[in-house]
Amino acid sequence: MPVARHVSPSPGDVVLLVGTMKGAFILRADPRRRDWEVGGPYFPGSAVYATAYDRRAGRHRIWAGPNSMHWGGMLQSTDDFGQTWTNPVTANVKFPQDTGAALKQIWQIAPGRDERPDTLYCGVEPAALFVSHDAGDTWRLVEGLWNHAQRPLWQPGGGGLCLHTILLDPEQPARIRVAISTAGMYVTEDDGSTWRPSNKGVRAEFLPDKYPEFGQCVHKVVQAQRRPDRMFLQNHWGLYRSDDRGETWTDVANGVPSDFGFPIAIHPSDPDSAWIVPLESDAFRCTPEGRLRVYRTRDGGAHWEPMSAGLPQDGAYETVLRDGLAVDPLDRVGVYFGTRSGKLFASTDEGQTWSALADGLPPIISVKTAVA
Amino acid sequence: MPQPENSVLFVIPGALRELAGNRPEIRLERAAGSLLDALSRLWTECPALRDRVMTETGDVRPHVNIFVDGQNMRDAGGLQMPVRGGAEVFLLPAVSGG
Repeated sequence: MPVARHVSPSPGDVVLLVGTMKGAFILRADPRRRDWEVGGPYFPGSAVYATAYDRRAGRHRIWAGPNSMHWGGMLQSTDDFGQTWTNPVTANVKFPQDTGAALKQIWQIAPGRDERPDTLYCGVEPAALFVSHDAGDTWRLVEGLWNHAQRPLWQPGGGGLCLHTILLDPEQPARIRVAISTAGMYVTEDDGSTWRPSNKGVRAEFLPDKYPEFGQCVHKVVQAQRRPDRMFLQNHWGLYRSDDRGETWTDVANGVPSDFGFPIAIHPSDPDSAWIVPLESDAFRCTPEGRLRVYRTRDGGAHWEPMSAGLPQDGAYETVLRDGLAVDPLDRVGVYFGTRSGKLFASTDEGQTWSALADGLPPIISVKTAVA
Repeated sequence: MPQPENSVLFVIPGALRELAGNRPEIRLERAAGSLLDALSRLWTECPALRDRVMTETGDVRPHVNIFVDGQNMRDAGGLQMPVRGGAEVFLLPAVSGG
């Protein structure tokens, strides 16, 4: 097995958590974000779909959900940037025996609200939500969602039947929105006890009824932290904006080469700005015309502009997956994305220009950012 | 240490040895009859092995193979296959993965 290199971020450094099909990497740079150090690989051979950085209650804890094809998956964490990881004796995220279900993949890890610093959420395949109230030591299935009457009708997408997005409403403490492929979005307003589908205006190109109550293949959803009514959604065909907390959705695929894609990221302070990486189609999930272009809107989706300076524009048939795009919270926002071919790109000017941070990583499936 | 004829020898794969006290082999007193019984003894001795080898539904993970005296348990009755005294049980990752 490869020997991991380690990084030691200082306070204020930008940290990238990069999950790949064959392990995880931790990158660090000072706030100028010019020179990056790469740590890893961690969990070599295991797919890491989910990572998270938890800085609540004075922590600098990184979570990961490595999944070994042989030995399964569980949540592991490090408080020293990867030098040592927890390795629980028994699987911490697992289905109760009476469900008859078995964990296939950990898709998302979401630290809870600041006022509940020991709460975390975890989205998994088969599609389910788990919650921990003791800083990740023990987890329980959120039964309100698992027992939803529509769940037997949910269908797996290409990546399996997975709960991949968890949005904690910044203003309404009992409201959580999750997205499931392929079931669409579900919302709780009582902290998980009851859930309802919430997909009005989102189309399902692959169903006879194009606008069903549920069953959409939502790829990624984001919510503005400072104006939580504003959300963006990249769908399996469809690019949407909501101005009512996701209750209704409006098509904003204006000027993009395709409204098919996986990831979407929203500006941390400007609710009108977002980034996407369109792909040609569901039949050919690669960047259109062999050109790797990020598209940005600064007017809530009325217009999208291509941003390609520094990105390959010839024969670049790349794919960026649903968690492969992220932004940092610095004043001049950094934008980062990783491709299925193992290339990692960064922009420190909100997408105007790009540079390669790594080329030759295993296929990248998730990119998350934090400030140490 | 149990006598070989009254025991079962488990061969632990490299990836899991740290969870088994860095032991490549573990000899345990033979339990009553089946592979499931024998594995239950192993889980008692090394609790961390269980969830790596089995799912929460009690099935052997699909990319893990268990051989008893050279026979793949999937071809010989699964977890109910008999395990004789003196048997060798190999836990092995399948050829897939990595």
